[in-house]
Amino acid sequence: MSEHLIVRIVSKMLIPFILLFALYVQMHGDYGPGGGFQAGVIFATAFIIYAIVFGVKRTIRVLPLTVVTAMVSLGLILYAMVGFVSLAAGGTFLDYGALDSHDPVHGQHLGIIIIELGVGITVAGVLTAVFYTFAERWQK
Amino acid sequence: MSEVLTYITEHAVQWGAVILLMLGLYIVMTRGNLIKKVIGLNIFQTAVFLLYISIGYVLDGAAPIVLEGAERYSNPLPHVLILTAIVVSVATTSLALALIVRIQEAYGSIEEDEILEHGET
Amino acid sequence: MSIVEHLPALQVAVPLLAAPLCAMMIRPSIAWPFAVLASWITFAISVALMDQVLTHGTIVYNMGGWSPPWGISYVIDPLNALLLLLVSGMAAIIMPGVRLGIGVEVTFRAQRLFFTVALLSLTGMLGIVITGDAFNLYVFLEISSLSSYALVAMGADRRASKAAFNYLIQGTIGATFILIGIGLVYMMTGTLNMADMADRLTDLHGSATIQAAFAFILVGAGIKFAMFPAHAWMPNAYTYAPSLVSAFFGATATKVGAYILIRFIYNVFGAEFAFDEMHVGWVLIPLGLAGAFVGSLVAIWQDDLKRMLAYSSVAQIGYVAAAIGLGNHDGLIAAIVHVFNHGLMKGALFLVMACVILRLGKADMTSFRGLGKRMPVTMGCFVVAGLSMIGVPFTVGFISKWYLILGALDAGMWPVAVLIVMSSLLSIIYIWRVVEVAYFSDPPDDVKVQEAPAMLLVPTLILTVLCIAFGVATKITVGVAGLAATSLGVYP
Repeated sequence: MSEHLIVRIVSKMLIPFILLFALYVQMHGDYGPGGGFQAGVIFATAFIIYAIVFGVKRTIRVLPLTVVTAMVSLGLILYAMVGFVSLAAGGTFLDYGALDSHDPVHGQHLGIIIIELGVGITVAGVLTAVFYTFAERWQK
Repeated sequence: MSEVLTYITEHAVQWGAVILLMLGLYIVMTRGNLIKKVIGLNIFQTAVFLLYISIGYVLDGAAPIVLEGAERYSNPLPHVLILTAIVVSVATTSLALALIVRIQEAYGSIEEDEILEHGET
Repeated sequence: MSIVEHLPALQVAVPLLAAPLCAMMIRPSIAWPFAVLASWITFAISVALMDQVLTHGTIVYNMGGWSPPWGISYVIDPLNALLLLLVSGMAAIIMPGVRLGIGVEVTFRAQRLFFTVALLSLTGMLGIVITGDAFNLYVFLEISSLSSYALVAMGADRRASKAAFNYLIQGTIGATFILIGIGLVYMMTGTLNMADMADRLTDLHGSATIQAAFAFILVGAGIKFAMFPAHAWMPNAYTYAPSLVSAFFGATATKVGAYILIRFIYNVFGAEFAFDEMHVGWVLIPLGLAGAFVGSLVAIWQDDLKRMLAYSSVAQIGYVAAAIGLGNHDGLIAAIVHVFNHGLMKGALFLVMACVILRLGKADMTSFRGLGKRMPVTMGCFVVAGLSMIGVPFTVGFISKWYLILGALDAGMWPVAVLIVMSSLLSIIYIWRVVEVAYFSDPPDDVKVQEAPAMLLVPTLILTVLCIAFGVATKITVGVAGLAATSLGVYP
């Protein structure tokens, strides 16, 4: 769709803001509406818009499939690691309170941010990977 | 008559959910096109989301974020549960579509009767 | 806190962490030993858990430090412990053989992801069994189901995709029914913790919402359990999946469905509600017996032996369903023991199919001709596991059918007992067909066939030996099943 001037310009203008909004939703998730799922989806849409307008090939150059699949794994590993670290710190599995031995509230805070970050990375990776695989098949 | 009407209007959301549920299931069972089956499955699942969201509704309840002056909040738990179920539904849909792509590549069709005609090989 | 106290969490967390790690390993030759190691650790954990449950009684583990009923808690009683042992044990036995077994059936590129998905499936099944939270059960159910669909679709035959698609549609409908049921119970009780649910449901007998919830969960679990007449997804899925996947699923997937039925009927809703108010016995016993006959009869006419085994599973699941429906102590023991024993026999039989497919490329009647001389060990395993399927004394199949008949007689339903014996006779026919072809017909001369390689043969042998061992030393399975039945409130 890159021959359409308006589509090209508007999407180029919007994509940075979409990414920024995704980060806002991600980081705001522990206080208000938001969180990893939503942020991951918004983050992935930025790349999907880019791929629709400029083609999957160019998008894959920016964000290769290997990076995307690594993101899927990394997010899940991050999530599980929080569980294991809280085990090691003396709490039960995923007991964020144990992450900070002096201030459990701060520990809870830290835990949920890292967990949501893991969720966000995985969701963004999964959705982009789903889009890539379908788009690539279609081009073949 | 009016009793029946109030019974229906008082449970409008549940009725809506049940109707959608039946519609979805009907589409899944009767359509031969695999994509339409997936659409039916999505309607079926959406009906359940509606049912769950209706559980969380509290009369005059505010959104479940701490607000000045709010006395009652709607129950956030069903919302969270259904967020998970929505994610499951997205995963199911994408997996189903991926399988349909493979079926299309293997059989050259996504109509159930044509696939069956292609035979048992 | 020592590591022992965290075993319930680790039971699920180890395969869950191993799955993404496997996905990051590029070469299947690295991913495979890693997956094997993960499944062995998981098995060791479930053995330790079983030991703890037997010495200290029920274990409750609060995830994230939130106490029940607010948080998610993992509850392990004898029933869970036995199922955990079955699922993780099957994974530990089958996983080493996977490398060879899938080599011929799954493309090289997909193999690394195969291990990831297999570990996720294992995670899901363990999670279903271990969790004490109803919604958490649904989430794990979907984790295991989604990975099952993907595993089935990895079969080499193009019909595998179609089988996986049908499995997906029916499996999702089943899981969604369970979700509706859980939602309705939540609506009435305001809790998701199963123990808390059970407490609050005792005051709600007679409520139409609860009755509807029970019906939804029964149907949903019935589909997952492949109970006749909702078994339509199973024969194709097991026939076209890679053989080792069939072995793993044949041994575990439907068993988890049986667990959900037992847990909800006896524990969450309570036997009193299920049997006196909903008359669940009148649903499960006729359907179970019908399934036993239909499954066995259809199995007799199959040419593809994997399909034959799948239909035989329909029959065996029928016995479990009937046993659950009896509602007395011996019946429940029969259900739990048969879940475990059928896992062993079906696992062994499907592994035999994997050996044959590895050497001959397919497992139909013609490829079995004269196989008794050419693959003696493999066929020996088939005969032993087959005898167990029939229910010959000193095999595991005998034990479960013995308790099933005891349960039927105890409930005063002697026709049920007669029908069970009659349907067992049918299984002689379909096992004998194969034995006859393998031992009493001459092999075709043109192809050379060797014994299966040790990596596949050893798992097959282990399962076959276990079929005999648990048939002689019944104290372990029956003893634990008796404890489980008592802990579910069904006394002798």
